Amino acid sequence: MPAVAMRDISKRFGSVVANDHVDFEASWGEVHALIGENGAGKSTLMSILTGLYRPDTGQVEIDGTPVRLRSPRDAITRGLGMVYQHFMLVDPFTVTENVVLGEQRSGIDLQTARVERELATLSERYGLGVDPRARIWQLSVGEQQRVEILRLLYLGARILVFDEPTAVLTPQEAENLIQTLRSMAAQGFSVVFISHKLDEVLEVADRVSVLRRGQIVETTTPAETDRRALARLMVGRELADFVEHPADEPHETVALGETVVELRGVGALGDKGVPGLRNIDLEVRAGETLGIAGVAGNGQRELAEIVTGLRPTTGGAIRIDGKTMTNRPAAEIARAGVAHIPEDRLATGLIGGMDLSDNAILRDYAQPPLCNGSFLSNKAVAAFTDRLIADYDVKAPGRWAMLRTLSGGNQQKLLLARELAGQPRLIVAVHPTRGVDVGASEAIHEALREQRARGAATLLISEDLDEVLALSDRIAVLFDGRVMGIVSARGANVEEIGLLMAGIGSPESDVAIHV
Amino acid sequence: MSSRLAGSLSRSFSIERAPTASRWITALVTVLSFLLALVFGGIVLFLAGENPLEVYAAMFSGAFGDWNGVAETLVKTTPLLLAGLGVAVAFRMQLWNIGAEGQLYWGAIFATGLALFVIPGAPGWVMVPAMVAAGLLGGGLWGLIPGVLRAWFGASEIITSLMLNYVAILFSEYLIHGPWRDPQSFGFPGTPSLPAAGWLAKWGSTRVHLGLLLGLAAALVLWIVLRRTRLGYEIGVMGENPRAALYAGMPTKRMILLVMAISGALAGLAGMSEVAGIGHQLQRNLSPGYGYAAIIVAWLGRLHPFGAVLVAFLLAALTVGGDQIQMSLGLPAAIAPMLQGTILFFLLGGDILTRYRITKVTGVG
Repeated sequence: MPAVAMRDISKRFGSVVANDHVDFEASWGEVHALIGENGAGKSTLMSILTGLYRPDTGQVEIDGTPVRLRSPRDAITRGLGMVYQHFMLVDPFTVTENVVLGEQRSGIDLQTARVERELATLSERYGLGVDPRARIWQLSVGEQQRVEILRLLYLGARILVFDEPTAVLTPQEAENLIQTLRSMAAQGFSVVFISHKLDEVLEVADRVSVLRRGQIVETTTPAETDRRALARLMVGRELADFVEHPADEPHETVALGETVVELRGVGALGDKGVPGLRNIDLEVRAGETLGIAGVAGNGQRELAEIVTGLRPTTGGAIRIDGKTMTNRPAAEIARAGVAHIPEDRLATGLIGGMDLSDNAILRDYAQPPLCNGSFLSNKAVAAFTDRLIADYDVKAPGRWAMLRTLSGGNQQKLLLARELAGQPRLIVAVHPTRGVDVGASEAIHEALREQRARGAATLLISEDLDEVLALSDRIAVLFDGRVMGIVSARGANVEEIGLLMAGIGSPESDVAIHV
Repeated sequence: MSSRLAGSLSRSFSIERAPTASRWITALVTVLSFLLALVFGGIVLFLAGENPLEVYAAMFSGAFGDWNGVAETLVKTTPLLLAGLGVAVAFRMQLWNIGAEGQLYWGAIFATGLALFVIPGAPGWVMVPAMVAAGLLGGGLWGLIPGVLRAWFGASEIITSLMLNYVAILFSEYLIHGPWRDPQSFGFPGTPSLPAAGWLAKWGSTRVHLGLLLGLAAALVLWIVLRRTRLGYEIGVMGENPRAALYAGMPTKRMILLVMAISGALAGLAGMSEVAGIGHQLQRNLSPGYGYAAIIVAWLGRLHPFGAVLVAFLLAALTVGGDQIQMSLGLPAAIAPMLQGTILFFLLGGDILTRYRITKVTGVG
């Protein structure tokens, strides 16, 4: 009997079919990976499984019993729990307090002592190594993830669903997680593992199901398949990016030009008002891509924002083409030839509720020919928009279409088209392919490579180490707002980068810089 | 496996965002909401011992039955439209200017002061444009105050603009009871009458005045600004996504000041046009709440200038028709506002239902 079975599940949102008669099963004692491009329907399927959405057709069975789940709380009472990408933990509380918080069993007396004992026992039995008395803010991201697992175990979960769990982890932490998942499966748990990192999937899973355009196109085992076959199943065609492992891909050598951007001793505050960047020294030259690796929240956002003028610095100097641009207004920095692909396109770089032309002109709307004095020129705006759409192959019904109705990949392509239209000197690209389907992601990488060949300097900030390795000439690792080290991307040692990401090794000075 | 909740069955409702409705559906829902409101209001009228059909017929004929009714409706449309346009332009940028009422009063104060004390002898072709400018200036400056507080100190313009309404209204009371009071008024509070050169031209024997044309012209200009100009584009981006405006390097503080000033200026123009077109003096109860009704005008008109024209006209008809049944049928004073409230309530409800839908949620079975 399968631990969980989803039978004939369909779900539509308006005219979009997110799940189209999907059958999915996970057995006790197995890790079942679910892979697919963004927009293939993975999150919808899992939201149905955990009771966030109700399916239009079909039903969910847990351990052979049909269930109608109304909320994640319902799901957990049925033994099914989900570890989300963003943890649901209260920072100042202890592990035990966080567990008690989400629980209804206790009355007025929280019985924290009893819960603490149970948690300690569970942590030991499953080798999670979590101290129930530790406060969340003291724990690393990997440890916080194990707290989430421990909480679900305490609440009686026997089926665990992980949504892209390694996206926030260092390579070493990811390796540990994979061991944990294997051992949970060995003890009879059922584990559903959602990911788009194919190496990882092949390593951890007993079975792999591939979702494409709302349908399961294949369920197979790692022994019967490989990276390339899975990629083809996900996308429905061959992909250049997957032919070789990204890190082995030869970099075209481009003659390095003059220094385009230079940071000297730059500091900045983070969103909570504590130092987010400390004493940063970096430079990027024309024709060079400097990758910034690091676990989320170690100063990446601050770095992108100080260079583009969206966040004030607390010290140091930023020079662009030799000219001091520290704390200059964003508009002036953009005019100096700095393009910015921000981390969250819909929150910052695009306007979901406006049409494609309104989004296309966001950067240059005040310049001729788009604008003559106070009036916008409809003709010039239309021509400009159509050119961007054509040049970057943005799939849209027309320039009048509401931006929100485009897929993530097409939104990002339009943003890229707009930012690269002015032949920028420096490109600040933050997670340029996050939440983008594999096809669009390939196109975006290609566009960035072309810009590098043209002689643009690129500051590439990404939490996806494969992406950083594939596109960069040099890689700087950020930890706690500091540059931990800078390594050459060619033949880079992932192990070493992983240690730097975890803050092991003293900042820059002591680390061998092999450029 | 624990099953504490299993077996319990519960029902509840949740509201989800609906897919974008077509124009036809939106129009249909609006008409249905209106009819539903009439039915509901009819039940209340029936329970109050009135014949609902008779009341509705009287309302309709009051607002549209003869030229006089239509003219009165147009008279009420004027301030609602001008102030509604002001509110709409601010709301477009997510600046919640609730202060149109106060801005309207300051427009009236500036225009009156100018005509009575600064250029009392000027000919009409100087006087009227000067009063228009004074109205715009008075309202605009008053609107600028919450704008400055918001742009530089982050103070909520909802609170500040609302509070400033009381200041404006009470200051106008002070003027008409005190320094600007007409000595020949035999105790009635009010300023002296404006010089005749400052009276707005009227249409025939009706009370419809030049202010209506000012309102329609303002709607047209605003439409062009919002649709075709750089400023309109900036306002749109700021309203839809303020972070994107910062990202694009827009001067966001300056825009807040500018838009609050424009918003206040339009409301100020409403005040000026009430003084110069209707009362010909600054008096008590210059506005029966036009500045607040303007919020409804802006919102139901979907923040579109032409939408505001339509809604201002309908709301004015509702007011005139309501006054009519009070007089001709001798209904209690509370009936008319009750019917107006019902109709607005249903229209706003219908509006929400076209944007969202309610789904039934069934619990664990």
